[in-house]
Amino acid sequence: MNQTAFLNLVSPFKDKLYRLAKRLLISNEEAEDATQEILLKLWNNKGKIATYKNTEAFAMTMTKNYCLDRLKSKQAQNLRIVHNNFNDDSVQLQKQVEHKDSLEWVGKLMAKLPAQQRLVMQLRDIEHYEFSDIAKVTNMKETAVRVTLSRARKTIREQLIQKHNYGIK
Amino acid sequence: MELNNIEQLVQKYLEATTSIAEEKKLQLYFSSEKVAPHLKQYQYLFQYFNQAKNETSSREIPLKPRKNYLKWSSIAASFILAIGFVTYINNQQKQNQQEALQAYYQTKAALQLVSGNLNTGASKITHLKTFETTKQQIFKSNH
Repeated sequence: MNQTAFLNLVSPFKDKLYRLAKRLLISNEEAEDATQEILLKLWNNKGKIATYKNTEAFAMTMTKNYCLDRLKSKQAQNLRIVHNNFNDDSVQLQKQVEHKDSLEWVGKLMAKLPAQQRLVMQLRDIEHYEFSDIAKVTNMKETAVRVTLSRARKTIREQLIQKHNYGIK
Repeated sequence: MELNNIEQLVQKYLEATTSIAEEKKLQLYFSSEKVAPHLKQYQYLFQYFNQAKNETSSREIPLKPRKNYLKWSSIAASFILAIGFVTYINNQQKQNQQEALQAYYQTKAALQLVSGNLNTGASKITHLKTFETTKQQIFKSNH
């Protein structure tokens, strides 16, 4: 397999890896590093790629494991992840300032969820994976995935309602 | 779409029992302008999902096979080291041999010099014999 073939194989899900890494690690730089690391690992093991049933799912699992490891080592070092880059250029398209704030607020709420809930929510609500695929990537049972996702969605909803009722009620 | 239907879907959505198709419907509904006021908070949620989906990584992947290069260079380095060692040992041996040969020739020359001188000395010894015989003669005549 040469470089172009590899890049063609990887490009459909490269950004998915990045988004997943960013959801888990929050920081842009950390997410970029993680994505690069995973893709290099894939490239170095390119001989085995043909044996993978689903390269995308495999890469997503690798990313998940890598990010969870990073989070663990961070906790061990007693470091906190930088929460300063929620700004996204595409939000500039939005006209109303309040509206933009609310969208960013959702991102901040998601960042407060436990890593497992963030992971499942990212895969389902943003990447639109089927439950069976999420189960494979996360190494959980489908029912467990549903329970985790339901919890995450309800938590976010509660907090959004609180935010919007603030100052009204 | 009917509001009733949407409310039901939202409920299912919170229980995480909606299918991908149903979630697409919700997405479509919440991206429109006509969202019922009491469902407004979900609009932010779904719009955020939509926006988050378009985020892309900006970094290029450096696909240089670093590992291979390191492996080969280490092999080359060990090879060069081995060759250097072998030639050094060889040289040392040759030098030793040459030195030994030189020493051999020098000793040989010195020995030859000594033996040559010894031979000339030995030829002079015959003169001593005449001295001895005359001495005997003198002794004999005295007795």
